[in-house]
Order: sequence, then C-alpha cells, then structure tokens
Amino acid sequence: MTAEGESAIDVHGLAKRFGDVQAVAGVDFQVSKGELFGFLGPNGAGKTTTINMLTGLARPDAGTIRIAGIDCSKHPKAAQHLMGIVPDESNLYPELTGFANLSFCGSLYGMSKHDREARARELLDRFGLNEAANRKFAGYSRGMKRKLTIAAGIIHSPPILFLDEPTTGIDVAAARQIRQLVAGLNAGGTTVFLTTHYIEEAERLCRRIAFIVKGRIVRADTVENLMRQTGGQHAMDFTVSKDAVRLCAEIVAQFPGLQCRAPADGSIRIESSEPVRVGPLVRLMEDRGAEVSEARKIRPSLEEVFVAITGIEAGTMRQEKEKKMGGNA
Amino acid sequence: MKAWIAFWSILLKDMRAYYLKPPNVSWGLIFPLAWTGMFFVKSGSGVESVRDLLPGVVTLSVLFGATSLLAVTVTFEKKGRSFDRLLLAPIPLDVLMLAKTMGAILFGVANAFVPILLGAMLTDLSSVNWFTLVSGVVLIAVSSTFLGLFIAVSVSEVFEAQTFSNFFRFPMIFLCGLFFPIERLPQFLRPLSYILPPTYGTDILRASMSRPSSLPLALNFLALGLFCVALFGGSLLNVRRRWIA
Repeated sequence: MTAEGESAIDVHGLAKRFGDVQAVAGVDFQVSKGELFGFLGPNGAGKTTTINMLTGLARPDAGTIRIAGIDCSKHPKAAQHLMGIVPDESNLYPELTGFANLSFCGSLYGMSKHDREARARELLDRFGLNEAANRKFAGYSRGMKRKLTIAAGIIHSPPILFLDEPTTGIDVAAARQIRQLVAGLNAGGTTVFLTTHYIEEAERLCRRIAFIVKGRIVRADTVENLMRQTGGQHAMDFTVSKDAVRLCAEIVAQFPGLQCRAPADGSIRIESSEPVRVGPLVRLMEDRGAEVSEARKIRPSLEEVFVAITGIEAGTMRQEKEKKMGGNA
Repeated sequence: MKAWIAFWSILLKDMRAYYLKPPNVSWGLIFPLAWTGMFFVKSGSGVESVRDLLPGVVTLSVLFGATSLLAVTVTFEKKGRSFDRLLLAPIPLDVLMLAKTMGAILFGVANAFVPILLGAMLTDLSSVNWFTLVSGVVLIAVSSTFLGLFIAVSVSEVFEAQTFSNFFRFPMIFLCGLFFPIERLPQFLRPLSYILPPTYGTDILRASMSRPSSLPLALNFLALGLFCVALFGGSLLNVRRRWIA
C-alpha cells in the first residue's frame, strides 16, 4: 500500500523516443494520494506513451517513475500490483462471460477463487451488469463493455487507477453512469489518473489537470487556477428589461475602463481587466428605467482554457478521437 | 503474489477458449490426421510399415498441433490487445509465457497420441520403450511450442503466424527425417536437418520403437533441451524488445 505522505505517482524527466519522433520529452508531474488527476492533450501528444511507461508497457529512455514510492524501473511488478489499468479499448476476452472475465482478471493478481468470485459478483452488481453476468463479453453493448472493463481494472481493489478515455464512443447515459462510478471510486480513496478528450468531463471530475502537447507538459494546475490564470478578463452578464444597446453605450461613456456588448436583446455583457463592480452598473441601468432581473459572473470554460494554452480546438480533438474509436458520443 | 494462481488460470482459460478454434482444428488436428492416413494407406508395405512411419507421423502431429495453438493464444490476443492485460499484470514474464505455452504443450502431447492409438490398433506396440517415447514426445511438444512462440511473438497477425509457421513446418517434413532418412538427402541439405529440432525428436521416437536411429539418444535429448532453452529465451527477448519497448 501507499506509504504515508508519499505521492501516489511521482514522475521526473520522463522521455521516450520512437525513431525520429520524440514522443515524450522530459515530463514531470506528481499525483497525490486520493487525487483525481486529469491528463489532457490532442492525439499524438504523448498521453498513451506516458501511460504505457507509467504502467510498465513501455520502457522510458530517461527519467524516473515512482508509484506509491516504488521505483518502477527496479520493481515494475511490485508497482503493477498497486495499479488498476483501464485501457482506451475494452480489451477483455470476447469468448468469456462477464463473470468469467472478472474472475480471470482477479486471478492475474493472485486472488483466491473465493475472493475473486465474491468481488466479481459485487462489481457486477455495482456496475448494473448482474443480468449480463453469464453472457459472453462479445455480445455486450459498447457501454456495457466499457463498464465491465472498468470493473476488471478494479477487481483487486487497487489504490491507484489509470483510466484511459473511459467514456469515448459510448452513449450519453452510459457515459454519465461511468463518470458517477469514477467519482465514487475517487471518493472512496482511490487515486485516479484520467485521460480524456472530453474536456468538460475533466473539468467536472478532476481537481488538477495537466495539458500535454508534443510530448511536453505545457501547464499543470488545479482547474480553478488554470481558469484564473488563463482568463485574464473579468466578465459579467446582465439581463435587462429593455434598451440593451443604448444602455451599453451609456455604460461605456460612464465607466471608461469597461467594454460592453449587447449580444442579444435584453442581454448585456461587460468585460474588464479589473473585477467588475456590480452596484454602480445596476444603479445606472435602473436610473435609465431598465429593470435588471439577473447579474451573473462569467467564468471561462476549461475548453476555452485548453484552446488558449494549447492553441488546439477542443472540438477537433474530440472528433478525431471519436473517429478513431468509431464512437458516437 | 501467488503466481501459480495466475499460471493455472491462464492455462485453463486458454484450454477452454482456444482448443477448438478453427485454426487449431484445421492445422492442429485435421491436417496431421490427413497426413497420418495418407502415409498409412500409401506406404505400400502393409501394417508392418506402421512402426517405421509412426515416429514421423507422431512428430508431425505434435509439431503442427503445438505451433498452431500459439498463433491463436498469443498472436490473436496480442492483436486484440487482451495480451496487454497479461503484460500489465504483476506476473513475471517467464511465468506468464510458460502459462501461455503450457496449453500448447499439452495440446501437442495429446495430438501425439492420436497416431499412436491408431498405430496400436494396426500393429503390436508391446516392444515400445514407453518411457523414452513419452519423454521424446514431451520434448518435441516443448520445442515445437517454443518454436511456435518464437514465431507468434515475431508477427502481428494470426494469418502471418500461420504462414510463417508453414515456412518452417513444411520444409521440416522433408528435412528432419520424418519419412525419408536424412542419409538419403543431398549432401548440401544435411546440415539444415541438424539445425531443426524435429530431427532429434524423430530420432528419439525411432529409438523408442527399436528402429535404427542416427544419433546417440543422450545427444538427441541434449540437443532438444538446448533448442527449448534457446527458443524460449529468444521469445522472451523478443517480447521485451517488441511489446515492452
């Protein structure tokens, strides 16, 4: 188990080259125990290579990886015992039933027949797959396959879980269920290392996020800090009863530091490099006979932050991945 | 970590899931049976020739059975990425590969007894040295399996594994003294015979049936043992180089 006070994952100077391509170039990050850490980047950024090195499926050219304090280059199998790994493809055995797949995966971690079968039943119940327990994996829907693959990843109750694109290519309801399961696992103390192309998913689930582009981490911080640092601008939306365009002109005249737009009738967007003071603005609008029914602070979305940091359109990245996975989510 | 639990589980899963897969049935069972039948029928010298033919037929059955299974249990799983699941499990690589090959070894040994049972129906096998025969069959199965493993980890597709296997298997039928004595081969081909494991296996089986053998028994066992170690070691190196690179 993880020793007290240690990082769950500690990576320094990780590098990997394939021929002429530097897939990962000096990556550093730490993931604390019990954290849900997001690892985001476009296709070919080095995410999968990094995960492969962390989990022991690829050997780094340089750098160190410690999983719960265990040096992976010296004791890779000891480190693998602490990990649950859910790859981006549901790679269980098509000819085995759901129950047999889970039981088999438990045996790979040395679990006794009694323990692994009890755990398999528990997970099938928890993931809502009881009725499909005795059906072959080949006949499962894509969402069911994904859920069973996640169940297989945690059959041995690992303290650290690597989740690679858990919701890509599955329907909205199944994706929502999986997100709830992941949040539940994390709430139960499991450290989760998540890669996803769905930025809103990372925003919803993760406390900290690292953006990787061309094999380098370009930014790693809490979701809150990422948004604060990148936004720069402060924005407020007001809903007014009338004359939005005229009110905008008056606001700019009265408050020279503000920028004002009326993107739709009855709506005013105020932007400023300084925090916007709401009181004087509301008073001005009401003095001009308009009724202000709502004032809302606008936060940049993580998607906007991602675009600002990486220069890559998140939608393009998502479509590329879904095309690759043959998905429709 | 109780590695034996994983070992046993992998072995049972492979036996249940893959023994009756089409490539195994066609290449591992039907093809050797067809060859066996063909040689028994066309040998022209009646049931007396059964003991002359049996060593070659047994070797052929083991060779095709064991190598065919590996193309499925290893190459098929690697292609579908379920093999990655095994590589990511906390099992030592050598234990994992032994578990993956044990099913094929047992399949090869079982295959050997198909022609032996057929032969027993046709002729008297009471003078056979069963200890030598079974030891020889096991070593042929192990070396054939490790040859199959070496091929399976060198390719990406199941059809490639089968094709690449045939590249070795078919010449072996003629070069390893299975049905034609090595001494009758052209001089320039004979060195090839001695770098192929079935040559030594067939010679052991021939000795077990009191038939003239080319090499001392101990040398045959030693050579097959060395082939096993070299092929298994080479396969492990290949896995590390190609799949955990």
